[in-house]
Amino acid sequence: MSENILIAAGFGGQGVMLLGQILATAAMYDNKHSTWLPSYGPEMRGGTANCTVVISDELIGSPVTDSPGELIIMNIPSLLKFEPALKEDGLLILNTSVVDRAPQRKDVEVVKIDANKIAEEIGNTKISNMVMLGAYLEKTGAVTVESVEKALRKKLTGKKAALIELNLKAIEAGMKLARK
Amino acid sequence: MAAKAIFKKPQSLSDKEFTYCPGCHHGIVHRLVAEVIDELGIQGKTLMVAPVGCSVFAYTFFDVDGTVAAHGRAPAVATGMKRAMPDKVVFTYQGDGDLAAIGTAEIIHAANRGEKITTIFINNAIYGMTGGQMAPTTLLGMKTTTSPYGREVDREGYPIHVSEVLKELSGVAYLERVAVSSPAEVRKAKQAIKKAFMTQIKGLGFSLVEVLSTCPTNWGLSPIEAINWLNENMKKEYPLGVFVDKVGELK
Amino acid sequence: MAEKVMVKGNEAMGEAAVRAGCRLYFGYPITPQSELTEYMSRRLPEVEGTFLQSESEVAAVNMIYGAASTGTRVMTSTSSPGFSLMQEGISYIAGAELPSVFINVVRGGPGLGDIQPAQSDYFQGTKGGGHGDYHLIVLAPSSVQEAVDLVQLAFDLADKYRNPVLVLADGMLGQMMEPVEFPEFRDLNTLPDHSSWAMQGCEGREPHKITSFDIDPINLEKMNLGYQKKYREIEANEVRYETEMIEDAEYLLVGYGTMARILGTVVKMARNEGIKVGLFRPITLWPFPYKELESAAEGKKALLTVEMSMGQMVEDVRLAINGKMHVDFYGRTGGVVPTPEEVLRELKKIVERSE
Repeated sequence: MSENILIAAGFGGQGVMLLGQILATAAMYDNKHSTWLPSYGPEMRGGTANCTVVISDELIGSPVTDSPGELIIMNIPSLLKFEPALKEDGLLILNTSVVDRAPQRKDVEVVKIDANKIAEEIGNTKISNMVMLGAYLEKTGAVTVESVEKALRKKLTGKKAALIELNLKAIEAGMKLARK
Repeated sequence: MAAKAIFKKPQSLSDKEFTYCPGCHHGIVHRLVAEVIDELGIQGKTLMVAPVGCSVFAYTFFDVDGTVAAHGRAPAVATGMKRAMPDKVVFTYQGDGDLAAIGTAEIIHAANRGEKITTIFINNAIYGMTGGQMAPTTLLGMKTTTSPYGREVDREGYPIHVSEVLKELSGVAYLERVAVSSPAEVRKAKQAIKKAFMTQIKGLGFSLVEVLSTCPTNWGLSPIEAINWLNENMKKEYPLGVFVDKVGELK
Repeated sequence: MAEKVMVKGNEAMGEAAVRAGCRLYFGYPITPQSELTEYMSRRLPEVEGTFLQSESEVAAVNMIYGAASTGTRVMTSTSSPGFSLMQEGISYIAGAELPSVFINVVRGGPGLGDIQPAQSDYFQGTKGGGHGDYHLIVLAPSSVQEAVDLVQLAFDLADKYRNPVLVLADGMLGQMMEPVEFPEFRDLNTLPDHSSWAMQGCEGREPHKITSFDIDPINLEKMNLGYQKKYREIEANEVRYETEMIEDAEYLLVGYGTMARILGTVVKMARNEGIKVGLFRPITLWPFPYKELESAAEGKKALLTVEMSMGQMVEDVRLAINGKMHVDFYGRTGGVVPTPEEVLRELKKIVERSE
């Protein structure tokens, strides 16, 4: 049985919620079970936001966890909050454009991504979340890239549809970086 | 020569005997509402919402589909009915305790939405059913069982003028204050009630008729004295008249 | 097979209601269920339905009363403080026997509390909530898919028994997204015909009177006996529950709603460590599966009830067990969601004590 339990966390506006939704939706297209659970409340407005995504071949019990297997960390407060909880041998993907300090844990795999810089190079800092998602896909293989693309097309409609190609480029760049 | 009926009970009133005290104006107003329903030919499509108060049984006195709302909530109940069945004629019948105290929010917002319902509002300046307690409409100086020393501004504030408040709301299409203390007033009140129902039938918005009424029992007066007291005191505080009329002349 | 879509619980429940043939919604925004109110405001006009944002929950519940008394499918949704405000109207609706559906996306209490998930409105939902002897049928979904299914069932049960039905969710279920398969749209012509009692105009028949009121005690008692007869029928026919791995279990976990799915994970974790544990999940909180729980608990070493409250359903669990064994309780409240790891620690304490 394969199971991924991810917490993605950052400032409101960095797109961690969308990242999680795209991932959970892609899992559905891969015929897997998935849940997306956001933190919600006043912190959504500018403070720290996070979501928990569970992807599994089996029916999902808990959509919450004390010990995620994977972290996508987009800011320092989130690193402080979630690093201690990460499972042993877990995966920590860090946006080093924002987080200018090193993680403490030695028993986990750390992948450092200069996500904002890469996003800017592609054309829009707002897609740093997709660079991070790309790195996650490369490291975990939790869902297929085809399904991620399908999820993006489902989610980004109307005016936002023009951004799909840009998002896909960002994902590709993230995957490439994580491969190194 | 066979006897000829020249005065009948309106068809929209049931055979149930009224439970109201001698001299109370509820009976007159019930009859007027029933006559209007008959004349407009809407008995078969009228839905009534009775209040909590002396007229809690009103839903049994009218031969139309009817219910009783929680205290003060009749305009919300009527809103639900009208939104579910827009082609029906929905009216609430409420006293001043029900409408002007506990039900203030519901009447204000139903009126403001221009809810296509009609409200018959009985203002007798007192709580009847619970035994003569102070209402928000109780006049200054008036003694009730909860204002035994007379209503005082410093303690209980001023009598609330419901029609004067509602007339400011854009959703109101017909609004008039009437009395039923004389035959002429009764005729006028009936016209007002008819116009209020026409407002709804024409889909113009919210309509309300406030009726100044007596409560001889709780005022501690005879029916005649009560009418005199109403004429001398209530009309000063609550002047009769049309506040809003978007209907115009009835044909 | 219908296509799966990824939907937030709140929106999924709204769509489920629309597909169940509900074309009327009255409600007032409150976190964490506002997405449901918002969803209905844009969805109902698309299907020629009516959405109205009321001035308060007090008004909303009375609009439900009015609409339901015409025999039309109608619903509202709210969260804990709003549901408290609705209790007066719900008591009237239960007394007048009006079919209607309520969704309470429960948050932390009492008072203003917070906006995080909780299960501390169990008493309010299952034991009356307002004044008088009455019951709501209470359904507790544990996933977004089940929320969709139970909202549909809620409308059917409401119509069948002429009774208000409550879907008791929580902030987590309202906010989370999960893949969902929606059922087909209900043909509105197949909805139950309530013309024999509803207020639809008395043309060609005697007027219908709908009320929770009778001033004569003997008559009011008769009305109450009528409600009770109906409640006994519901108890006999509508109990719903689910079990997981209880046959060989030595220990039993009991929980409902989203808490129960967390307990599902605890069962897996515990079994990986060799602890034989099973799960009992009431789906109807009223009627509560007393007998079914009693027999599920037979022969077990210990029973642990877990709730996002300080212990409310556990009282019904104890009634079911009727003193035959000790019932342990673990709860977090105020919007704190117990994690599987945390519950497993509690379970291990009990196992240690019982070995």
